[in-house]
Amino acid sequence: MALNPFEHAGAASTISGPPSEGDYLGDRLFRAVARACAGLIIALLLFILWEIGGLALPAMAQHGLGFVSGSTWNPGTQEFGVLPEIWGTLYSSLLALLLGGVFGVTIAIFLSQDFIEARLAVVFRTIVELLAAIPSVVYGLWGIFVVIPLLRPVAGWLHAQLSFIPLFATDLSGPGMAPAALVLAIMILPTVAAITVDAFRRIPYKVKEAAYGMGTTRWEAILKVMLPTASSGILAALVLGFGRALGETMALAMLIGNSNQINLSLFAPANTLASLLASSFPEAGQIEVQALMYAAVVLLLITLLVNIAGLGIQQYTVRKFEGKV
Amino acid sequence: MSATAATMAPVAAVFTPAGATVLDCQLQKVFYGDFLAVRDSNVPIEQGKITGFIGPSGCGKSTVLRSLNRMNDLIPSFHFEGHVKYHGQDVYGKKVDPVVVRRYIGMVFQQPNPFSMSIFDNVAFGLRLNRYKGDLEERVQKALERAAIWKEVKDKLNKSGLSLSGGQQQRLCIARAIATEPDVLLMDEPCSALDPIATRQVEQLMLELKERFTVALVTHNMQQATRVADTTAFFGVDISHGGRTGYLVEMGPTRQIFEDPQEELTKQYVSGEFS
Repeated sequence: MALNPFEHAGAASTISGPPSEGDYLGDRLFRAVARACAGLIIALLLFILWEIGGLALPAMAQHGLGFVSGSTWNPGTQEFGVLPEIWGTLYSSLLALLLGGVFGVTIAIFLSQDFIEARLAVVFRTIVELLAAIPSVVYGLWGIFVVIPLLRPVAGWLHAQLSFIPLFATDLSGPGMAPAALVLAIMILPTVAAITVDAFRRIPYKVKEAAYGMGTTRWEAILKVMLPTASSGILAALVLGFGRALGETMALAMLIGNSNQINLSLFAPANTLASLLASSFPEAGQIEVQALMYAAVVLLLITLLVNIAGLGIQQYTVRKFEGKV
Repeated sequence: MSATAATMAPVAAVFTPAGATVLDCQLQKVFYGDFLAVRDSNVPIEQGKITGFIGPSGCGKSTVLRSLNRMNDLIPSFHFEGHVKYHGQDVYGKKVDPVVVRRYIGMVFQQPNPFSMSIFDNVAFGLRLNRYKGDLEERVQKALERAAIWKEVKDKLNKSGLSLSGGQQQRLCIARAIATEPDVLLMDEPCSALDPIATRQVEQLMLELKERFTVALVTHNMQQATRVADTTAFFGVDISHGGRTGYLVEMGPTRQIFEDPQEELTKQYVSGEFS
């Protein structure tokens, strides 16, 4: 029994008493389980890093930093470099972030700022979130059979008229950066939109009142007050969307063209780290597998850096705009 | 019984202020949907004076205040019978944009609500909104000085407005509201979230503000009304309609309302028999 110095202090009729031995045991058990789960997550992450790092070690020792700056991938001559893939990963993700970010934030404003009736907004939001439920491979197929044929005439015209602009320097012959980035943008849209809607929803009513009380039009209230107030949440949405774009594999492997080249043109085929991994593993020999593991480590590092930078920026915005730590 | 009570329901004697009336506010019926929130409230706001609205909760004093600059338009089910005229112009005229009304009739709210931007940007907000071309910094400083917060924030104008304490935030909001020198300032229980020291400062501020602005103040605190208001409007709750409908019981010079009320209900309220 736990120590209870108040046993005789209270009135005789009191029902109050100390927690039982069993209650305390439950407390201890719960704490232990919670700690174990938290520890397991960290252990799992370290284990993954350790395993992949271990498998990549021979390739790291052999190729060193040249792996990151090299641009050939030739298992025959055992030349491995992933600069084009790094470029393709960042370029496609940035394009997708640009498109999906603008689109997603706009949809979030539409859904959260009384443009439509509340019940309709819920339906609308569910539809947007359903976009996240479509399997990646379906997006890939849709990209091949719908997006690429749709893009081709547009790309042809842009290339013919504006080929002096580096973005349109090549023609779209099939898979390429533009269809990949477009589909990727649609894939990150639900993430960006959903988190941004939540960021807008979290803004207290009194902020909206303050804005209208100052005599803002609706547009001014949204642009000058609501948007800065939600900025840290919107940044979080963009970082998560970007992270998702960096790691997206299947749809990109099907749409980007798997071509080892660095090209600013939106219509040129390219490659990303994730799709390199997906498309090369099945037929890779031992040496190439080690190189692919190295590529996986590079991808991991990029996502990690992006997420850390994103978190940093978000923290900074929280401090700057909300005056908190 | 209720029908007779409704027809017999008391209506306050019309109060005519001594000076010019800035806001001529006559609200016969104010509804939120089917709910009659306020009835028969004729509340003229006198120029250059502080008009206090007092009464128990649910008496419609905030509703009346918010009708003056069309803040109630944010509530879709709001509609009313009567009129609000600002310098003789109909505030609810068909072609009048509520945005324009709110630029002339500023508001300070119950909860401090600075924007999540720097202190400077908070105060400059209205100036920028109105495309003020002059010296922004000078105006911001003047507003902060007038709101009695300049000394506390002058070295951290770039800090977020939300980093301030509650009382400072409220004074910042007052600075934000007066930076554009609106004609009328509506204050909806501006001290209810503040501690006694901050309350004292804000009250002091109101007395200084009335040199330049006309103030309408809703307060839950009778002592506050006696300290700052020149004119006081006392609202009561009428339950004879089945719901809780607020109405004006009596309006007059503050001294008269508190020392020589004409209505029995007012007498009971100011003597603290109910609240």
